[in-house]
Amino acid sequence: MSATTSSGTTSEQEVRHARPPRSGVLLSAAAWVIGILFALPVLWMVLTSFHHENDAAKNPPDVFAPLSLDGYRSFFDAGPWPPLLNSLTASVLSTALVLLLAFPAAYALSIRPVKKWTDVLFFFLSTKMLPVVAGILPLYLFAQKVGLLDNIWWLILLYTSMNLPIAIWMLRSFLAEVPVEMLEAASVDGASLPRTLKDIVAPVVMPGIASAALICFIFSWNELLLARVLTSTVAGTAPVFLTGFVTSQGLFLAKVCAASFVVSLPVLAAGFAAQDKLVQGLSMGAVK
Amino acid sequence: MSSSTATRPRTDQVGDAGPSRALKRSGDWARRAPLLPALIFVILMTQLPFVATLVISFMNWNAYYPDERGFAGFDNFARVFTDTNTRQAVVVTIVLTLSVVIVSLLLGLGIALLLDRKFRGRGVVRTMMITPFLIVPVAAALLWKHALYNPEYGLFNGLLKGVFGDNAPQPDWITNTPLAAIVAALVWQWTPFMMLILLAGLQSRPLDVVEAARIDGASGWQIFTNMTLPHLRQYIELSALLGAIYVVQNFDHVFTITSGGLGTANLPYFIYQTFYTAQDYGRASAAGVVVVIGTILIATAALRTAFSLFKEESR
Repeated sequence: MSATTSSGTTSEQEVRHARPPRSGVLLSAAAWVIGILFALPVLWMVLTSFHHENDAAKNPPDVFAPLSLDGYRSFFDAGPWPPLLNSLTASVLSTALVLLLAFPAAYALSIRPVKKWTDVLFFFLSTKMLPVVAGILPLYLFAQKVGLLDNIWWLILLYTSMNLPIAIWMLRSFLAEVPVEMLEAASVDGASLPRTLKDIVAPVVMPGIASAALICFIFSWNELLLARVLTSTVAGTAPVFLTGFVTSQGLFLAKVCAASFVVSLPVLAAGFAAQDKLVQGLSMGAVK
Repeated sequence: MSSSTATRPRTDQVGDAGPSRALKRSGDWARRAPLLPALIFVILMTQLPFVATLVISFMNWNAYYPDERGFAGFDNFARVFTDTNTRQAVVVTIVLTLSVVIVSLLLGLGIALLLDRKFRGRGVVRTMMITPFLIVPVAAALLWKHALYNPEYGLFNGLLKGVFGDNAPQPDWITNTPLAAIVAALVWQWTPFMMLILLAGLQSRPLDVVEAARIDGASGWQIFTNMTLPHLRQYIELSALLGAIYVVQNFDHVFTITSGGLGTANLPYFIYQTFYTAQDYGRASAAGVVVVIGTILIATAALRTAFSLFKEESR
């Protein structure tokens, strides 16, 4: 503070170079305030989920109301385990399928590129621009015809196609950094394709695989529209369960907050644990 | 397309390194083989249904009246464009997408600039900032609808009462401003997305050049408009494009917060309702075709107009 304000002779540039502490403090405070504002609804959700329904519905709010597990009790009494397990199955299996299909495809688009590989790459991206609603009716009618309605496998296949373009773009950008000389050496040594993939390529692109897996898992876990239309009692996922949650009369705020928190918990945990992977995944590998 | 700019450097790299002769020798099919499973799968799961949608959009097909099924020509499209509900849905989709993308992009840019400085607790603030993005969209929509917007016990009115006393206004947020209520909830979730990509862009800026400019006497604003913004351009385009692709398809928030009521039904919700509730397959498909065309238009046109301005400036 004193360093910049007391020395009147300090030139304009030097002041800016040293960053006057006062404006710095203000900017830091602004960052903190905005951060807290953005996190506040989530903090409020968590706090409310631990309140009694009566306290949760108070206006003005009672922040220091006694804590309780009632909200969680009534959530877990509503039978959330089958939908939660369905969500887990759909997310994990579709992510595994995505990686299984995306890895060889990304290889064929970077290390040993096919002709017109950029066209193929942009074809994959363009399928992401095709909104889900534009194809949902035929997907529904087909499932109805062959008996795949309310079947978790149909959802797994659809989530795979939904996330495959993202994973291909991501993995391609990582594979482009694999040293080609190593591949040549392997080729000269007569190593097979699966072996080359496993021993030389995979280690270099592990971070990319992790990012792709994270983002595919999150998007599958979050998905509502397809699950809502194509599943019901047997294969219904956690988001579908949530939409049917607010039907009861009376007070339900603590219960809804508990349910929302529990359903979001896997995404929160995965996202916090791998913040940098999140950026890579969201930008489809363009930002590393 | 913006993403192409983001990947172009790596594209050149592949070209430079070039597949060597040893690798080239193996046949074209050996190259294509690893690509085919993914390619065929994606075509089957995304292109084929869309072709079916295109076919159904020219059919008169309502599941409640199976006998009347037949060719309808452009009737469904005529109905899509003349029906006030559909037109309303088109307008809502455009307003919703543009406002969410623009507001969260501007907020995200401001916050990214704030977080691009070193200060105590930066990691904590960054973690708090991304929290909204990690809430499952349906859960977030439920949270905003019941825990924040509710006129009797929501946090917003609770805070109003807590600050201004018992006579404080207690607006019914969703009824009064339904579309703004949805936009606010979506902006809350998408701002962190924009912020993360833009922050990564800011941090990839060559700092020595910025330092040099500063020593040469460039003002903070000059550095921002002449160096930071041009550098950020491809990141801004990328985040706007990806954000638009996701927001134009939004279903969860409209479905949860208003159930498409109060004039907030966007095209995805409208199509869901037309085919799921009204069982009017032909009309739902025609609307689906319109969404696809609209998505492509928004993704390209919005980017072009928004960035033509300072593209010229930076020249």
